[in-house]
Amino acid sequence: MPQSDASQPLLRARGVRKIFPGTIALDGVDFSLEAGEVHALLGENGAGKSTLIKCLTGAYRRDGGDILLEGARIDPKGTLDAQAYGIGTVYQEVNLLPNLSVAENLSLGHQPTRFGMISGRRMNADAREVLAHYGLDIDVTRTLDSYSVAVQQVIAIARAVTLSGKVLILDEPTASLDSHEVKMLFDVVRSLKARGLGIVFISHFLDQIFEISDRLTVLRNGQLVGTEVTGEVDRVRLINMMLGRELEQEVRSHGKHHAAAGEPRLSFNGFGRKGSIESFDLSIHAGEVVGVAGLLGSGRTETAEVLFGVAQHDSGEARQDGTVLSLTNSRQAIKAGFGFCPEDRKTDGVIADLTVRENIALALQARIGWMRRIPDREQKAMANDYIRKLDIRTPDAEKPVGLLSGGNQQKVMLARWLVTNPSFLILDEPTRGIDVGAHAEIIRLIEELCAEGMSLLVISSELEELVAYSHRVIVVRDRHHVAELVGDEITTDNMVRAIAAPEREAVN
Amino acid sequence: MSVFKLFLRRIMPQLITLALVVGLIAIMFPGFFDISIANGRLYGSPIDILNRGAPVALLAIGMTLVIATGGIDLSVGAVMAICGAMAAWGITEGYGLGLTLMMALAAGLACGLWNGLLVAVLGIQPIVATLILMVAGRGIAQLITEGAILTFNHEGLIFFGSGSLFTIPTPIIIAIVTGALVTLIVRRSALGMLIEAIGINLRASTLAGVNTRVLLIAVYMASGLCAALAGVIAAADIRGADANNAGLWLELDAILAVVIGGTSLLGGRFSLIASLIGALIIQAINTGILLSGFPPEFNLIIKAVIILVILVLQSPTIRTMVIFLSPAPVSAAETEKQAVNQ
Repeated sequence: MPQSDASQPLLRARGVRKIFPGTIALDGVDFSLEAGEVHALLGENGAGKSTLIKCLTGAYRRDGGDILLEGARIDPKGTLDAQAYGIGTVYQEVNLLPNLSVAENLSLGHQPTRFGMISGRRMNADAREVLAHYGLDIDVTRTLDSYSVAVQQVIAIARAVTLSGKVLILDEPTASLDSHEVKMLFDVVRSLKARGLGIVFISHFLDQIFEISDRLTVLRNGQLVGTEVTGEVDRVRLINMMLGRELEQEVRSHGKHHAAAGEPRLSFNGFGRKGSIESFDLSIHAGEVVGVAGLLGSGRTETAEVLFGVAQHDSGEARQDGTVLSLTNSRQAIKAGFGFCPEDRKTDGVIADLTVRENIALALQARIGWMRRIPDREQKAMANDYIRKLDIRTPDAEKPVGLLSGGNQQKVMLARWLVTNPSFLILDEPTRGIDVGAHAEIIRLIEELCAEGMSLLVISSELEELVAYSHRVIVVRDRHHVAELVGDEITTDNMVRAIAAPEREAVN
Repeated sequence: MSVFKLFLRRIMPQLITLALVVGLIAIMFPGFFDISIANGRLYGSPIDILNRGAPVALLAIGMTLVIATGGIDLSVGAVMAICGAMAAWGITEGYGLGLTLMMALAAGLACGLWNGLLVAVLGIQPIVATLILMVAGRGIAQLITEGAILTFNHEGLIFFGSGSLFTIPTPIIIAIVTGALVTLIVRRSALGMLIEAIGINLRASTLAGVNTRVLLIAVYMASGLCAALAGVIAAADIRGADANNAGLWLELDAILAVVIGGTSLLGGRFSLIASLIGALIIQAINTGILLSGFPPEFNLIIKAVIILVILVLQSPTIRTMVIFLSPAPVSAAETEKQAVNQ
């Protein structure tokens, strides 16, 4: 059972580093967890939350730093090893066996035996007793998948606590639960806290973090932003910590008021998709950069996907230079001169085993059809041209793109669309997970493209970045477009306030 | 030139394996390379390998394309039976050779369309989707032949199984022409790259504007068409359609040919030539075992052992070990590459 040395935190990470090819995922992060504490871990995608968790549980080998459990240095070799130390993890998607009974799931790996055979009766009795602690009175002989996700989640927690018993890591446990189920889960978390467990809670629902956590730690771009007592931070400050605003306004110097004149190139009226993004109006002029700000899961990527026809819109219409445009799939969008660099480069963007040349030629080839193959010579010229223009670091155009670093893959994605000469380019987090140098180059590129008359929609969680290049900024919250900032209104402060609105309304 | 060198490097393991298998047979059976001409047709063991290997080679062409997209087509054996039955039925009903062939090939295309729709439109996993036709196909073939072995005696149709053109048996010509044609279409157009893109990352390909649905249906239809050709050859060879045994288990040989050819079952990069050599290797093993005079009950086991050895030798782990143990040829290749780059 939990016990801890009063002077030492229960679990402590000191200067944890983790390096992936081309990017530093964790850069000397400190983290400490007390017994009887719920400690929230926050940050946008790619901030390093899950990397930190994986380093703590041994799922990743860390490249530097120490992990101390009750003051003693530990070095878990894997999640099983971490479990033996007393660190258990429960993930968003329950990783138990849905076709086995609840009791079997709870005792898997250490079933009670009688004369060398599994004793079903004792197993079921044990399971009932364990679950009684969690306020669950269910039939433990039924299969796991006959219960709701929330109940499965509690069973997963019960199993993790039985096996580990000191530290419980909850990785977005509430993502697929409704509010009633969240309450039930939180009751369980509170009772475990009362029993003295240290609980790490990861979520991007700020309300839940304010409700359940005692302290919180914010990560950004693999670095520790700070650890605070939850009661002492307000929502605006927290969002500032998550999205960052160290650069303040000084970057916003270019004369960016020329756009928005005359008829818009594209206009979307009442565009939306049920359950994904509420209907919105959006118009974009030639040579204009429209930024989209919002927290993870707020509907910013959904906006891009509806515009590009990845997810079909079910309301509203789109017009291009005044004429109605059909946008029911991405092929139609591409035909209309759209381009889309998705957020998740690995799964939605690059074709890893194809060469840089083939990746760059892909969208253009798809548009002109399979019959008219772009001759090798032209493909090569095209690829070499963009390798030079965008400074893509690759030995040659015949290298599989999967071997390049994140920033260079992103540039290949940009090149893929630029060769199609799009009139409207959607960039979803174009600077995520890439190193500082490439970061600056991509921002410079965005500015150049817009100067050449291309229209861009750029989604980013780096607010200063949006301030630097946007003519207009749309703020998205809870799947609504809630604010539109133009010209001098575009400041990180205004964006943060719009993103954080619920509490501001309550406070004012 | 360097493109040719890359190509050669790609198919080298398969060529070496084929040479080894053939060499082994030649040692055990000295008369192996004797080729003679009788009745205006070539005879001899090498010709026999090519001739017998033609149906699997044809299946392997379609199978390569399907596997390159990350799919698999288990139904090709059954489709062979359907198309063979179709051909036999058409010719005995007196539809004439041209119409009969068209019906048989159309049946193959229809089967491919069915598979393609299940995979591309309904999103059923390829192995399950094609399993349906694998099971049902022989039933369909039996319906066409009405449960009997439907025999025919039409010289024109028989020509496709046992005839010859310029002394070369017809099945060999059909397989070579189909292989060359498909290679040409796939590599001269952008189809090859688009198919590989789909196999490596379906979602990213769709987002880049590739018409993944149509292309997926197309590769299954190509596979159906290849199976139809193989089915016609098989039926013409025995002058009858046997719904139960035509093409039986050949889907597995076709998949094996693709695997020996070095195309990953996960999809992506493919080589049709390497798959064709793979089909030849399988047939060479079959013929070799027969020639060597082993008791026939050992045949399947010997085949399995030989194939196991081939696959182990091709596994990435073994390859890196071999490269590690023999630095000389690798460094030679490296310096060569550097020379090309400069």
